[in-house]
Amino acid sequence: MSTPLLSINGLTKAYPGVVANDDVSLAIAAGEIHALLGENGAGKSTLVKMIYGLVKPDAGHMEMRGAPFAPTDPRAARGVGVGMVFQHFSLFDALSVAENIALGMETPPPMRTLADQIRAVSETYGLPLSPDRVVGDLSAGERQRVEIIRCLLQEPSLLIMDEPTSVLTPQEVDILFETLRKLSAEGTAILYISHKLEEIRSLCDAATILRGGKVVGTCVPQDTSARDMAEMMVGARLVAPKAQDHSFGGVKLAVKGLSVASPSAFGMSLKDVSFDVQAGEVLGIGGVAGNGQDELLAALSGEVPCAPGMVAFDGRCLSGAGPETRRGMGVLAAPEERLGHAAAPNMSLTENAMLTGAARQGLARRGFLDWAKTRAFAERIIDSFDVRTPGPGNAARSLSGGNLQKFVIGREVLQRPEVLVVNQPTWGVDAAAAAAIRQALLDLAAGGAAVVVISQDLDELMEISDRFAALNEGRLSAPRPTSELDVEQIGLMLGGAHGMEVAHV
Amino acid sequence: MDLSAINPVLLIAAMIAASTPILLAAIGELVVERAGVLNLGVEGMMITGAVCGFIITVNSGSPTVGFIAAAMGGAVLSLLFAFLTQVALANQVASGLALTLFGLGLSALMGQSYVGIKPPRTETTPLGPLADIPVIGPIVFGHDLIVYLGLVIIAATWAVLKFTRAGLILRAVGENHDAAHALGYKVKRIRTLAIMFGGACAGLGGAYISLIRVPQWTEGMTAGVGWIALALVVFASWKPWRVLLGAYLFGGITQLQLNLQGAGVAIPVEYLAMSPYIVTIIVLVILSADKSRAPGSLGRTFHASS
Repeated sequence: MSTPLLSINGLTKAYPGVVANDDVSLAIAAGEIHALLGENGAGKSTLVKMIYGLVKPDAGHMEMRGAPFAPTDPRAARGVGVGMVFQHFSLFDALSVAENIALGMETPPPMRTLADQIRAVSETYGLPLSPDRVVGDLSAGERQRVEIIRCLLQEPSLLIMDEPTSVLTPQEVDILFETLRKLSAEGTAILYISHKLEEIRSLCDAATILRGGKVVGTCVPQDTSARDMAEMMVGARLVAPKAQDHSFGGVKLAVKGLSVASPSAFGMSLKDVSFDVQAGEVLGIGGVAGNGQDELLAALSGEVPCAPGMVAFDGRCLSGAGPETRRGMGVLAAPEERLGHAAAPNMSLTENAMLTGAARQGLARRGFLDWAKTRAFAERIIDSFDVRTPGPGNAARSLSGGNLQKFVIGREVLQRPEVLVVNQPTWGVDAAAAAAIRQALLDLAAGGAAVVVISQDLDELMEISDRFAALNEGRLSAPRPTSELDVEQIGLMLGGAHGMEVAHV
Repeated sequence: MDLSAINPVLLIAAMIAASTPILLAAIGELVVERAGVLNLGVEGMMITGAVCGFIITVNSGSPTVGFIAAAMGGAVLSLLFAFLTQVALANQVASGLALTLFGLGLSALMGQSYVGIKPPRTETTPLGPLADIPVIGPIVFGHDLIVYLGLVIIAATWAVLKFTRAGLILRAVGENHDAAHALGYKVKRIRTLAIMFGGACAGLGGAYISLIRVPQWTEGMTAGVGWIALALVVFASWKPWRVLLGAYLFGGITQLQLNLQGAGVAIPVEYLAMSPYIVTIIVLVILSADKSRAPGSLGRTFHASS
């Protein structure tokens, strides 16, 4: 066997209190698509940051084409042909596409030449992109194209992709995979990070599975079932959430012709959104990020005021009611952004429990706060949702993403809502915790609440929702029973491939 | 009232000179803010520059050396701010306010024995026959070097930000410091350099007041010009040419209303005195109605946590 393109031997990286990577070894050959699998917190990100020169390993060494490789910064990594597409896009909203791409290059050509190169590469790989547009105006899929083209212009020999498909429609995913296969055929190795197992089975040649910072196994994805891979990731058997048999009651939440402008400059306005949710029903709302999800949640929670007649709860118009009034009535919401929107990062869990629980749990009387009761409420959330934290006195910021997510969802679920709206309830949460959160939502619906789940995870929506609707550019499709839909149809509801085409060289 | 006492040519020339301190301080702060740092210490750096320039000019006899010293003084004081905000990760607003108070106190201490002294005169730029052209000569070609330097700095800042890679990187750092860090740019180093540039410009602006506009040393003589410069950057939507326009408007109207007061116009002095603020704000608010916005990371502390 020839020398691998990149080989990693015994990489170790410890942070205070946690060993992020413990003696990790793997090898990638030229042209190989290698999957890196693992739960959140398994150490995938740390590993690729070491390869990309953002983090310095404590021990171990890497070799690139047989030569020692120890990048001290991303420039050094780019210099030997490592390119990286980030999970949270590393783009500059106020700058143009061409400026963003120039920033990621070592020696960018003059702007005009660069613009031509961008057009050429984007045509070759079927990723249409106009160099002059301002990035803040682009959709999530287009932003990703900017990142990919930024890497491709440097002709990388190893391309690292960190969860690239989480923001794409199924059709866009297909096109991305065509592009990646073509790159691999040209000899570019790809290190592909994901926890979407079916994708990995269809795309990757080999997989390394991390758990708790250690390599716990390798496999050939085509020959391994998704379930086996999932169990290797989690290290335990998985139980899928189960809906109990239940019947629907009357309409709880009625939205009619909801149109609101987005409060943020780069947001998406809602246009004529209508739907009903019955008691006991879970309505799933899918859509690619940035198509009006945040605005819909804000309009339903009361953060953004809407005109009379647009949102009604039990037949009562909610137009003049702010979030606190709606909470009092039983209309609760859990937004996507955990730190800063759903929870105040520097406040303790008890204080955060007070913030949304005050009205419905009776935690405040005549303007005075009942801390003992609040603390008990916070402890109840921690117990029932298995939030791993030393206690309710800890700051929200100190919790890992998944644990905080369990807390903010649990906080709303335990307030016995009549209507619950959640956005991305299991984003960045490991499989076991995600299953627990989904089960809680199903149980809530079985108890007679109307639940609206806004999510970009289609598998999640297929699993728990009774009816499905798609948000695309601020418009909502007519809800359809989930049992009648397959992934292909859902993809089309989400807006298809957004004008992308398959690579044609 | 005697409007004939006002000579329009001299008035316009004086307007240009009156605008220079604000212009210099504002363009420096513009660069700092485009790099994502909010330095409220402009006033403190100006007054420090004013006293440094004054002392060195009096002792060396050369205004040129004095202005260089003023720029260095402002930059050195700004290094304190850079240390607090970039290394110690202190809050930028509090550090900036502290810098202003510190600068005011420090300059008063340094300048104690210089009160009442007259500094050597700063000569106008020898432009030969150009200065003798009627009307245009005194307005355009009759100034000292610093006035022209201010204009050159405005043009250079605009060109660097728009056309060069260094400018692009500076804007990127100000727009999203996490992304810039992920791409391997040295956020702290770039910001520290921007802060020092801002300090040097503010120091020059301060020395222009103590050496040319007034010319003498008095405690607290910058009298809020640094704060005006800060506001100007915001109202100018972080664009260099608008800073020039705003500075000329403000400086010009300040000069004009002084002349009008001198001519005994029958408008209460209070209204005349507030006019530069009102006109400048109205004009720049109208201009900033387009969709320009603050740099994305402005005022946020950067900590490389990865």
